[in-house]
Amino acid sequence: MTTARAAAIVFGREVRAEMRTRELLQTTIVFVIIVVTLFNFAFEPDVAEARRIGPGLIWITLLFAGSLMLNPSFAKEQNNDTIYALRMAPATSFAIVLGKTLANLLFLSITEIILVPVFSVLYNVPVLPVLGRLALVLLLGTFGLVVVGTVFSALATQARLRELLLPLLLLPVMIPLLSAAVEATAGLFEKPAALDRTWLSMLIAFDVVFFTASWLLCDYLLEE
Amino acid sequence: MKRYGIFALILAGLMVFAGYAALFIAPDEATMHAIQRIFYFHASSGWAAMEASMIVFFANIAYLAKRDLKWDWLAISAVEVSVAFWTVMLVTGPIWAHPVWGVWWTWDWRLTLTLVIWILYLCYMIFRTLLSDPERRAVFSAVFGIFVFLGVPLDYLSIRIWRTQHPQPVIFGGQNSGLDPTMAKVFFYCSGVMTLLMILLVIKRYRLERLRHEAEELRLSVEEASESAAAIRNS
Repeated sequence: MTTARAAAIVFGREVRAEMRTRELLQTTIVFVIIVVTLFNFAFEPDVAEARRIGPGLIWITLLFAGSLMLNPSFAKEQNNDTIYALRMAPATSFAIVLGKTLANLLFLSITEIILVPVFSVLYNVPVLPVLGRLALVLLLGTFGLVVVGTVFSALATQARLRELLLPLLLLPVMIPLLSAAVEATAGLFEKPAALDRTWLSMLIAFDVVFFTASWLLCDYLLEE
Repeated sequence: MKRYGIFALILAGLMVFAGYAALFIAPDEATMHAIQRIFYFHASSGWAAMEASMIVFFANIAYLAKRDLKWDWLAISAVEVSVAFWTVMLVTGPIWAHPVWGVWWTWDWRLTLTLVIWILYLCYMIFRTLLSDPERRAVFSAVFGIFVFLGVPLDYLSIRIWRTQHPQPVIFGGQNSGLDPTMAKVFFYCSGVMTLLMILLVIKRYRLERLRHEAEELRLSVEEASESAAAIRNS
């Protein structure tokens, strides 16, 4: 079985399991709406301030959502003892990790489809004129987040306090991604909107480095 | 055991001389005067911390390649020692910065990067305490350590793009930089002593980790023996 095919099967399984209950999606979507609302009480921004802190708000919300949402990715395999089936499956560990990563990318992207309009309306920051470029920045940033997050979810699963541990492992490693994604998004909210190539290449570099690392190191995640 | 005691004694002597050299031999700096002397400890701790961090990275890779727990013991020993030196850096930095810059802290790239590395290694140490199986702890913390190390150049790049307030490198800093020759001698001497201290601490910590491992093995074998004894009695 090729890696691509095995990854597609794992991806399909993750999506099917999620669509039966929609537990993860509904919880995460409500969580991001809560965080966006809380920021208003913390900062009470006017329109100009919202434009300035908006990029940070979006990305902090996504990082927090990711660090909570990615935890069950491997934890549920442990709880249901399906981790043994995954280990026995005639697929490389990379295929399994890749399938899960892509499924997590889909789930977090769906969350963003809700988050961005809600943010735009509540803080009066228009996103429609820059939608295409914003989607590109969101996609690159989210990909980096789920690549590292899926690997770390496998690491945290075996530890005590795993729900608390995943944010601890994930958030500090995300600092370069956060700064690049926030700066790139901030460029889009300025007038005139511009996509900063430096920060965009930074995001791509982050994605490439950590995708390669997860490809090289994924065999260690699933061993007995 | 004895040779480490002798090594430690000699090192203590060298360190006392380092303090003397930094305070009395090194010439007075023209604008900053006495406060500049903290630099001999601040920057040399930074070197020792970086050297220890390099040891961590190589020990992590060596563990994944060789699967010998010794490399894992070396990795955690070097992590803890490097955290100690990074802490010295983070404490002496603000003491120097407050009179010279007028602020305790600024989000300059060097300060930020040091703080980020310090946080990452704290997370590494916490992560290890939450994993109980030694083999799994070794594998997973090595994977995490490699991710952390790969992130550092990216951190460096992203933070470097911001503006900088930290003094430019005076050593290997290119033309028109450079130290007074006596200052340079004192600085290299202090860095050398700090490196020796780092090595001594890593060795001591490594031996402690090995003893802990042996104690754990003994405890497990005693438990197993008592369990099988109980099984025989019950049958």
